[in-house]
Amino acid sequence: MKTETRSEQFHPPSVIGNILRKLHIDIPLFIGLLLISLLSFVILYSAGSQDMDVLMRQAARVGLAFLLMTALAHVDPYQFKRYSALLFGLGILLLVAVLVMGQFGKGAQRWLDLGFFRFQPSEMIKITTPMMVAWYLAEHALPPKTKQLLIAGILIIIPTLLIAKQPDLGTALLVASSGAAVLFFAGLSWRFMLAISAVLAGLTPILWHFMRPYQRDRVLTFLNPEADPLGRGYHIIQSKIAIGSGGIYGKGWLGSTQSELDFLPESSTDFIFAVFAEEFGLFGCLGLLTLYLLIISRCLYIASQTQDTYSRLLAGSLAFTFFVYVFVNIGMVIGVLPVVGVPLPLISYGGTSIVTLLAGFGILMSIHTHKKFLPHS
Amino acid sequence: MSRIYTIKNKLVESRLFLNRIIAAFIVVLLLTSGLIVRLVYLQIVGHEHYATLAKDNSIKIEPLVPTRGIIYDRHGKVLADNTQSFSLELIPEQISDLDDTLLRLQKLLNISDEKIDQYQKQRKRQKRFVSTPLLISMTDEEIAKFAVVRPYFPGVDIQARLVRHYPYAELASHVVGYVGRINEAEMKSLPIAEYRGSTHVGKIGIENTYETELHGKTGYAEIETNVQARAINTVNSVPPVPGENLYLTLDIDLQKTAYDALDGFNGAVVAIDIKTGGVLVFASRPGFDPNPFVIGIANDAYQALQSSENQPLYNRALRGIYPPGSTIKPFIALAGLEYNAISAEHKLFCPGYYQLPNVSHHYRDWKKGGHGSVNITEAITQSCDVYFYSLASMLGIDRMHNFLQHFGFGEKSGIDLTGEKPGLLPSREWKRSQRNQSWYPGETLITGIGQGFLQVTPIQLAKATATLANKGNVVTPFLVKNTVNPNPIEPDMEHPTSNITLKPENINSIISAMVNVIHDPHGTAKGISKDINYQIAGKTGTAQVFNIKQDAKYNENDIDFKLRDHALFISFAPADDPQIAVAVIVENGGHGGSVAAPIAGQVIKQYLGSNNENRNP
Repeated sequence: MKTETRSEQFHPPSVIGNILRKLHIDIPLFIGLLLISLLSFVILYSAGSQDMDVLMRQAARVGLAFLLMTALAHVDPYQFKRYSALLFGLGILLLVAVLVMGQFGKGAQRWLDLGFFRFQPSEMIKITTPMMVAWYLAEHALPPKTKQLLIAGILIIIPTLLIAKQPDLGTALLVASSGAAVLFFAGLSWRFMLAISAVLAGLTPILWHFMRPYQRDRVLTFLNPEADPLGRGYHIIQSKIAIGSGGIYGKGWLGSTQSELDFLPESSTDFIFAVFAEEFGLFGCLGLLTLYLLIISRCLYIASQTQDTYSRLLAGSLAFTFFVYVFVNIGMVIGVLPVVGVPLPLISYGGTSIVTLLAGFGILMSIHTHKKFLPHS
Repeated sequence: MSRIYTIKNKLVESRLFLNRIIAAFIVVLLLTSGLIVRLVYLQIVGHEHYATLAKDNSIKIEPLVPTRGIIYDRHGKVLADNTQSFSLELIPEQISDLDDTLLRLQKLLNISDEKIDQYQKQRKRQKRFVSTPLLISMTDEEIAKFAVVRPYFPGVDIQARLVRHYPYAELASHVVGYVGRINEAEMKSLPIAEYRGSTHVGKIGIENTYETELHGKTGYAEIETNVQARAINTVNSVPPVPGENLYLTLDIDLQKTAYDALDGFNGAVVAIDIKTGGVLVFASRPGFDPNPFVIGIANDAYQALQSSENQPLYNRALRGIYPPGSTIKPFIALAGLEYNAISAEHKLFCPGYYQLPNVSHHYRDWKKGGHGSVNITEAITQSCDVYFYSLASMLGIDRMHNFLQHFGFGEKSGIDLTGEKPGLLPSREWKRSQRNQSWYPGETLITGIGQGFLQVTPIQLAKATATLANKGNVVTPFLVKNTVNPNPIEPDMEHPTSNITLKPENINSIISAMVNVIHDPHGTAKGISKDINYQIAGKTGTAQVFNIKQDAKYNENDIDFKLRDHALFISFAPADDPQIAVAVIVENGGHGGSVAAPIAGQVIKQYLGSNNENRNP
């Protein structure tokens, strides 16, 4: 298509613009991510008992994740599309491998030890599942027909069940929602979504039957945390005390008494939002939510600017899944959702989720910066 | 497909997608508003409430530790209980200079560096306001010394704690096991909430297997405290549920008889109640005193136990693997009859050695010159090796393997103790997969007399003997009879049983041959038949520890004690109505008949003697 080369001339010939375009980086998104990463160091320093080691380790991971993001931004989106099925298949194979190896070990097995580094296949599948579903649906006219919906449903359920079996309910739900998001953006009818919701509500008792005792505990504790203040309810009670005592203005940076006194468990991982809310108060929380909203809005904007089916479905799903992350974690910490092990995106301590998230943003940038300027009719 | 159609489709699709983006954005905004509403509720409406809770943590949740269940033997004698003891405990939060305090305490009470290290390790795992013991089981002198200077040590106090105590010490150590301080690995695997406040956990034995039952359920108290963290008021409390008491099937007096009878040797005695599978005796000698493990055994004392030549920490009854020697013969003989490989009357000639066709190697009988012509009864009574070489050759390894498997050889007995060893029941497949070699005919022969690869544990041997006495009815050995607490949860625990189909005439002829072992003038264990009005059935065994050369002569006086043969004996009694099965292994004991059999005899006589009153004549 000749329009592609011609389109170059439409851009202002500024030097900085040229460099940025060569880097394939989306500036607003990049700035948002950078801001939130910097904020994460500020919070981690306080939540992690002011341990510089924790900070250095996290900095190394974030640096690596940003490099990966930039690298992925350079890949032509066509390549993502091309290798969608292959990557998805590989991810499924790895999940099966992890499960099989878990049979020999004891308890939960999520890691695949590759000698030089440990790898969590469930992280990779978080991205490859929406890629696969988008790739499959893009082959057909939208909105998808019943048969395509059925196949897409199976594509989503396979990795979800494999991860739920590890057992890692939190990640399984995220994978399922990333796939479901693709269906949503593909134009799944509202009536159908209502019907599915009704069926799921009906399935709840059956799901309950298949849950592990500790997963049931979490749901029960969520419904009534006071029943078990020493055990499962401890997290939620302490977390609510921390957030509530923060008030409007917060206790100031390093002023968290709850994490300081060790009352708040997992203060630097899943429950870091409680530390943040205690130290920075309601204003801080609103600020953080605004930052997240800006990132999500930019992602949705990128999705709205896409021109081919595969890219738009994938971009939409990545954007929406990022929000699901934020919502599930904060919802859990403030006691409106059950405690599932989902970190606060880009802020919680721990490397794997940051790498996956930034990989997703890398793909979004690639989609945005490699746009083919098709003629509008 | 026309181009117009495609473009139209694209337009429809674009519109649809834009709509969905907008819908998604609305969903995001709505849900975020939900979060904000909740945050406003917590941080503005609930602020005062939560701020009060957070301030100095005016409400503290303190765990109430349950009392550990007591372990009794079958007659109600206490095997493990809790005794009051005083410990020196520190609350780090209330101590301004912990290192200095520790140093002063160390000087005052002469505390070893090791204990300080141990304390430091435990302290780091606890929260700063938790009282952690530095010294457990303080002597009266230590208590008096500290009482005088107590005002100079804020945050340090003497606390009464319950400490696990094992009155029978080494006698029951391998059955009851012991509790010890919770270590780092256990910290991770134990349910945190249930063990908040608990310092000890069952490490081995019954203490470990029944940890959940013995531990009980932790309660808690919500305590209102003032700024100095002194409790001023208990707001709410849920009392702990004490651990369940366990009643064992073990008879500690019988255990003592067996343990004493092993005096001078290393070995094991296991006795099983044939009808139920309840374990009456589970002795492994030497044992060890578990009490020091509770308060934290000193490093050098532990090293001494670990490096002792007699391996007192080694549970021989559960984990010791030995060649069964001739005690395997009744099982092989039964296999011969069941598979119709030989009839009970058929006689074989024993010249004192056995040769495989076209092989010069002599497989020797223990009796030089041989036993002459023997049938199956005589072969068992006199323990004729040559008869069993030929029988093994007739049966072949596959059939022997399958038959012995039914009796539980090569697999764990299923007793309720952790760490059991499965022993080894060899087969062609095993040898191919483990050693990548094919099976040789000579190995079949020596399997027939309980040598070679075959290895059994004492508990396995006792279970197999009980199965024989039960005429094929397999019971699973167990130690815990029931649990009794204010309200018993399970009156009796279930233990699986199964059945091997055997022809009555076959098993009867094996049993009568085993009676001959004790009651026939030619029997290899005729020494123990005195002073009893019932019959004992048994089989002696002698297991080689090392191989003697083809032409060499085994003379036990010439060789090192550690290389002497192991003496074995299996038995059950009374032969006509079996109640107890006993397996004895005496390491380096020499002959089964002279060393191992009398030990079993003592156990059987004591058990049936005391039970005689309830027995119908």
